[in-house]
Amino acid sequence: MFEDFSFFPEAASTVAGRVDAIYLFLVVVTIFFVGLISAALLIFSVRYRRGRGHAPEQVHGSIALEILWSAIPLLIVLFVFGWSAKVFFDVRTVPTEGMEVFVTGKQWMWKLQHPTGHREINSLHVPKGQAVILTMTSEDVIHDFYVPAFRVKQDVVPGMYSQLWFEATKTGTYHLFCAEYCGTKHSQMIGEIVVLEPAAYEAWLAGNPAGRNPVEAGKVLFENLRCATCHAAGSGQRGPDLAGRFGEQVRMRDGQTVIFDENYARQSILEPKSHIVAGFEELMPTYEGQVSEDEILQLIAYIKSLSTGDEEPK
Amino acid sequence: MSVPGAATARTAEPSNYLNAEYSIKSWFLTLDHKRIGLLYLAGLTFFFTLGGLFAVLIRLELLTPEGDLFQSETYNKLFTMHGIFMVFFFLLPSIPAVLGNFFLPLMIGARDLAFPKLNLLSWYIYMVGGLFTLYAMVAGGVDTGWTFYTPYSSVYANSHVIAAALGIFISGFSSILTGVNFIATIHTMRAPGLTWFRMPLFVWAHYATSLIMVLGTPVIAITIVLVAIERLFGVGIFDPAKGGDPILFQHLFWFYSHPAVYIMILPGMGVISEIVACFSRKRIFGYHIIAMSSLAIAVLGFLVWGHHMFVSGQSIYAGILFSLLSMLVAIPSAIKVFNWTATLYRGSIRFDTPMLYTLGFIGLFTIGGLTGIFLASLAVDVHVHDTYFIVAHFHYVMVGGMVMAYLGGLHFYWPKMFGRLYPETLAKIAAVMIFVGFNLTFFPQFLLGYLGMPRRYHAYPEEFQVLNVLSTAGASILGLGFALPMGYLIWSLFRGKPAGNNPWGASGLEWQTQSPPISHNFDEVPIVTEEAYAYDTLRPPAAASPEQEEVLHV
Repeated sequence: MFEDFSFFPEAASTVAGRVDAIYLFLVVVTIFFVGLISAALLIFSVRYRRGRGHAPEQVHGSIALEILWSAIPLLIVLFVFGWSAKVFFDVRTVPTEGMEVFVTGKQWMWKLQHPTGHREINSLHVPKGQAVILTMTSEDVIHDFYVPAFRVKQDVVPGMYSQLWFEATKTGTYHLFCAEYCGTKHSQMIGEIVVLEPAAYEAWLAGNPAGRNPVEAGKVLFENLRCATCHAAGSGQRGPDLAGRFGEQVRMRDGQTVIFDENYARQSILEPKSHIVAGFEELMPTYEGQVSEDEILQLIAYIKSLSTGDEEPK
Repeated sequence: MSVPGAATARTAEPSNYLNAEYSIKSWFLTLDHKRIGLLYLAGLTFFFTLGGLFAVLIRLELLTPEGDLFQSETYNKLFTMHGIFMVFFFLLPSIPAVLGNFFLPLMIGARDLAFPKLNLLSWYIYMVGGLFTLYAMVAGGVDTGWTFYTPYSSVYANSHVIAAALGIFISGFSSILTGVNFIATIHTMRAPGLTWFRMPLFVWAHYATSLIMVLGTPVIAITIVLVAIERLFGVGIFDPAKGGDPILFQHLFWFYSHPAVYIMILPGMGVISEIVACFSRKRIFGYHIIAMSSLAIAVLGFLVWGHHMFVSGQSIYAGILFSLLSMLVAIPSAIKVFNWTATLYRGSIRFDTPMLYTLGFIGLFTIGGLTGIFLASLAVDVHVHDTYFIVAHFHYVMVGGMVMAYLGGLHFYWPKMFGRLYPETLAKIAAVMIFVGFNLTFFPQFLLGYLGMPRRYHAYPEEFQVLNVLSTAGASILGLGFALPMGYLIWSLFRGKPAGNNPWGASGLEWQTQSPPISHNFDEVPIVTEEAYAYDTLRPPAAASPEQEEVLHV
């Protein structure tokens, strides 16, 4: 029971130290104020206890004190706000370069897909010193991807993609918890993140069978589902050409503009009528029920590759 | 102040609200706010005991890392029922429904609340709501957590969600009625001379609380109806598979449930203000500031709900705004703590049981409040959200704060309510046990949370066991501490020493009535000529102990 006991969690990501710094600062602030209030309560209780036989002195208050003890806490909380907002901004702003992993949560397991086509369940192998970007969704209820050693956590919500990124700084095996209550076996929706040296990670990849990588798998789906009939260049343009459009602003028929991102792509596949691109008609049928969450992720990986990969925009 | 009823001779047993009538009907159809307060006390004690038993079972399961005492499904139902009973059927009504009902009219020199029949109705609604939820429990329980997050609650959960939620929906109307009643009473029924800034801070706190009850509760009612519609008829509201938005639920839920936290704590703050002034025999420090800070909390409390959703998928910028607003709500709470502490300065302090609870409250609420800043800090919240850190935080505010204030208030007002004193030594032992047991239960949970132990985990990794064992040990002390007052308070009803009308020598109109008060509170309408807490013009307790005599001679 005492073997692994500690008071402080391991810090194994680039942001962990920054989060701990705010935490420790707040611990000091807490100790200071709790100490101050306790000391005042104690001293007053002893000095002004009734047995000592002095009459109470009626003090109504003091504006100067009220201002002082409003202003000091206010300055402290504003400072903490700014500091933690900065760190939060960096934690939540996904870097442009990194190893992309797809995560699907379902009651009660985690399914993970590497860019190389390797698949894992309830464990994720990652290289040390490289940003890992997770694009996550759920097949049923809300889950939450939480790695305490990295100080990162993000809800995994059905019907949309959320993203989380981290860069591990220490090799080792770390807990992966589902942190959003998701039903009966919530506490068994756990796994591990295995951080390896880059070379060891390459060896791990080589030593495990890989399926088709998501881009290739997406390409096959794109053809099998006949997406190319409308969405490829020179196909008579019944649907917008997708090459080179990912990440760009897209203008809709009703004048709105929408950013072509993962969520937009997902919605367009499942509810094509929700957004009609300017210059096109409402022709596309829904693919709801015909593609799984994993397959949608693969399709998106392929669509993204049309904008970033070999097929550069014209 | 005029002193109605003070001259009543202490013959046999003078008529009061308790002995005015004895029939069962005279209790269950009573329109007397004092009797209704006692009806609430009975209901609340029942639900608190039930919620407490669930807590005991939860702590027992968590003694070992393996989920070996209960099945996962049972464990999930235990923490859900613990949360629902404690939040909706104990904490939310607690002080307003018992002490507020009983003392608000007495404090403002009124004969009853503005709408006595609505008051009785609100108790019946509360009980019907409670019984519905009780039915859900007996029929097999509910396992969604007290937060009912969708789409789990609306689509996936296989438990009695609708019955439990309906119980909460119903009891919400009780809250609304109480709020309306208090607001109308405070506006229209204050005694002559009792201006707004002469009102006791207890009344101010209840005014602020009532505003939240009236404005916030309808939102949770609507939310529950929407969950029920989705669950019963399959209309897509929150379920993304049907085009709904699961995060919308969280916005609606927390729009009520965060202000609800202030419904739970503000009345406690009111009680603490009364006790701290009385046992220091001093005017409260910064009266106006404390009164206004209650209103500030009520207003700001409506603007911070998004801090429950920093990792939900809400936008980064929304997160940043909610973090800033949440930081601001810390200030009025801090102001209160400083003012209570300053009230002790140059006082003449006595340490009877209510004061022990009050000192405990100030210390524990300070920790609860400061750890709230950890949670309002975005980057730290990302790590500790949904871990035991937040469990510890809200128990510091809700148990360390509200339950301490409730018990302090109950001991303070017990002699007035029943005309008898509780056994002081036993009560002090219980107060110390509760303080020690509480800290041992919940302090380790802060450490567990930062280590990363998620909440609502039936089984957990072994390295978390030491702290969980400590927590369970603390919970056993805490449980015994809570059992003691239940025993001796009931005992004191029959065997307690007669209390006299004002055993604490407290200011305030309620203390100038007979103990227990007569049915219509005052024989003559009192006239108020002074501000609250005029302890300088008030004679010390009639039944003065030797050391108090000395004070008189100074």
